[in-house]
Amino acid sequence: MSAAPRLLEVRKNVLKQNDVIAHALRERFRASRVFVVSLVSSPGSGKTAFLEKALTLLHARCRVAALVGDLATENDAARLARSLAPVKQITTGTVCHLEAAMIQNALADWDVSQLDFLFIENVGNLVCPSSYDLGESLRMVLISVTEGEDKPLKYPTIFNSADVAVITKMDLASAVEFDEPIARKNIQAVRPGMEILKVSAKTGDGMNEFLEFIETQRSRSRATSAV
Amino acid sequence: MHELSIAMSIVEMAEEESASRGNAQILAVHLRLGPLSGVVKEALLSSYEMACASTPLAGSQLLIEEVPVEVFCPRCKTRVRVSSIQWMACPECGTPTPEVLQGRELEVTALEMNE
Repeated sequence: MSAAPRLLEVRKNVLKQNDVIAHALRERFRASRVFVVSLVSSPGSGKTAFLEKALTLLHARCRVAALVGDLATENDAARLARSLAPVKQITTGTVCHLEAAMIQNALADWDVSQLDFLFIENVGNLVCPSSYDLGESLRMVLISVTEGEDKPLKYPTIFNSADVAVITKMDLASAVEFDEPIARKNIQAVRPGMEILKVSAKTGDGMNEFLEFIETQRSRSRATSAV
Repeated sequence: MHELSIAMSIVEMAEEESASRGNAQILAVHLRLGPLSGVVKEALLSSYEMACASTPLAGSQLLIEEVPVEVFCPRCKTRVRVSSIQWMACPECGTPTPEVLQGRELEVTALEMNE
């Protein structure tokens, strides 16, 4: 006797476990009134330099901290610590992206209600991080002027998953003949309506606009979450 | 390359289902996959084989249904399929739209099992 195979309907999100943790984190962040910004980009696009500058500026006027993900080394945490803001390194070993559980573990002994902003620097990778919700309030994708204007077209998924794009290393734009209108057009093609900021961590150009932007976003999210 | 850890989650999920049904043998896992999930079909298929090795799912198949990206066109006021994820716009009128209705799926929809 051989029974015919049976088809059992299940409908389960494969990343459900991550999404459940991310959801819990988002609730915790909301209750603690901390605005969480995650940063994704390819390796070498200037995430750490940008974040160091942002932390230094923000640390002077509000409570800010950062988590930074890398496969190995604590170099980035050491660099970011120069801003004097609290920083914790998450080393992922061979894992090419951060997952919600890693954020949860890293924050286990932190009181996030003592913070106004928390930054999460993802592992440098434009592919894998797009699948994992970290519970962040805002996902920022960075693209440097040295990378080529077609980066958004090559990695549409990560750009589509992000809320805002930041063009970094603007001080090098003319040296590498960066075509800003093309880059903007490409970003808009994969994520219509996305806000685009331009910065140079080196000269500080655009940093004030960036700070204004996230402060506005934070007030907005507070206004909508206040019941 | 995060497909291996995703394949392992799929295998784990299927194993749990099988265990809750008297260790029924799983022949195939049906999965819906959208291009905006960030997961590559080919990489997932080869990872699946690796993830199944020395588990009760060894030899089972992963059957992937690719889900096209559909967006809401604010001008045509209708659901449309984009021609490419490099151009998130209505293919009829060209209006760009960020409102994705479908295409981020990464979900197990069914299991084929011997009982």
